[in-house]
Amino acid sequence: MTLTREPIEGPVAAAVAAVGRTARLTAAALAGLPAALFRRDCRATFLRQLYLIGIGSLAVATVVALFTGMILGLQLGIAFRQFSQELMVAFTLSYAMLREMGPFMTGIILAACVGSSMAAQLGTMTVNEEVAALEMMSVDPIRFLVVPRLWAMTLMAPILSFYTCVIAFLGGALVGYTQLNIPFLQFIGQVMEAAEPKDLYVGLLKAAVFGVLISGISCAVGFATTQGAAGVGASTRRAVILSFLAILVGGYFITRFFYVF
Amino acid sequence: MSSEPAIVFEGVVKRFGPRRVLDGLALSVAKGELFVIIGPSGTGKSVTLKLASGQLFPTAGTVRLLGEDLGALGSRALAKLRRRVGYLFQSGALLGWKTLAENVALPLAERDRLPPAQVEGRVRAALAEVGLADAGDLYPAEVSGGMVKRAAFARAIIEDPEVLFFDEPTSGLDPVMARTVDNLIAQVGRARGATCVVVTHDLAGALRYADRIGFLKDGRFLQVAAPDAILHTPVPEVRAFLEAQRVEHRP
Ligand SMILES: Nc1ncnc2c1ncn2[C@@H]1O[C@H](COP(=O)(O)OP(=O)(O)OP(=O)(O)O)[C@@H](O)[C@H]1O
Ligand SMILES: [Mg+2]
Repeated sequence: MTLTREPIEGPVAAAVAAVGRTARLTAAALAGLPAALFRRDCRATFLRQLYLIGIGSLAVATVVALFTGMILGLQLGIAFRQFSQELMVAFTLSYAMLREMGPFMTGIILAACVGSSMAAQLGTMTVNEEVAALEMMSVDPIRFLVVPRLWAMTLMAPILSFYTCVIAFLGGALVGYTQLNIPFLQFIGQVMEAAEPKDLYVGLLKAAVFGVLISGISCAVGFATTQGAAGVGASTRRAVILSFLAILVGGYFITRFFYVF
Repeated sequence: MSSEPAIVFEGVVKRFGPRRVLDGLALSVAKGELFVIIGPSGTGKSVTLKLASGQLFPTAGTVRLLGEDLGALGSRALAKLRRRVGYLFQSGALLGWKTLAENVALPLAERDRLPPAQVEGRVRAALAEVGLADAGDLYPAEVSGGMVKRAAFARAIIEDPEVLFFDEPTSGLDPVMARTVDNLIAQVGRARGATCVVVTHDLAGALRYADRIGFLKDGRFLQVAAPDAILHTPVPEVRAFLEAQRVEHRP
């Protein structure tokens, strides 16, 4: 697959071509797993990306998850208190986080924190002709640059998603204890009771799919960068917006697939 | 087919949107020839090199490299053909997160997957050739533009490719280092028999090693000739170039 190519004329044709390019790039990167594991340089980048993604988004994920848990706890608490059903807060929080909010928020955080910088970095490399130089050296930019990033994010996303859920439960339990007079351990116990293995697995799968979508889109957008530094800025923004859209649309269809049929 | 030229352009037109950069360009570079392209800034010299190496494709006309029609090649075949080609980008295009030595090692380590011990010796030799023996451990951001250029030069020639494209190999270099690089080009061209296409603004240097020089302007070659003929050129634009650089014919 060649990345250096001519621009395609016309907005519709260009959009269709961009989707096709992103899909091909993502598929090629997914197929490159052996390289990420067994090729020295690729593996080094893979491990560094794992670290960057994990550590880089941990602080943001912690704060976001904690307050999401607290906000949900508060809102649900206000609602359920009217029926004296305060413990339902834990049940509902468990469902909401495991099924939707955990993977969704992880996706948003990853798109904003990591996808943007992937697009910026690959975009800068593209306008500096570094990507063209790799191709001229017959070093496949997808294997060299995309495979380690995509697999690192795909692996890291479920882990972060699980972490996000746990922190949100703690946030909910905190609100439950301070505002709703639910003992901390009882709240957590209720959360565990409500948690279905299926919800957990589907949520983790969803996060992994988001990881594929975000990294695939961000890398493809980065490679499509033109026109220097301004182009890099535009690509960064485009990568984040398209990732958000992909997370929303993709999330809906995964939910539909696993819970409706 | 050893008689076929290494590079052939036939009626090549290259447009970017409404802008016509090349307009019916014809060119034939023989195997082992040292061909130099000169011309004003922005006339399409870099575009010509990119067309010749399959990074861009013509709007009309055909480009043949080592007997292959580049427009007809699939991406796999193109990647295979590129193994026989070295390319020095005008900007150097080194990877920013790798040291100069790691950059020069890239084709050997990443493409050919040679063992590190074997790579190291060749990289050290290549860096020494361009006067960077002590700079191997520095990152591109830590060295001067001229040093980046020289490391990129070393990276382009380290595989001993059959065809080499150099986009302004000596711009940004001091005169002494420019002479060193000119000599290296002459050496890879003469001793190793590589076909070289060099884009440069340094006409004095080019006159020393070129087999032929082509003057590109307005999408075509105004003149393609041996250095001697270029020195006695009747073409006013080429004359102007010579005079601006004070290149005089010394008998
Ligand atoms: N990818 C591209 N998209 C659009 N226009 C381009 C592209 N590449 C080159 N051009 C245009 O083609 C023209 C020729 O560019 P090129 O880089 O070949 O000039 P050059 O002869 O190498 O000049 P210089 O001596 O300054 O390097 C320029 O006007 C440039 O704007
Ligand atoms: Mg140029």
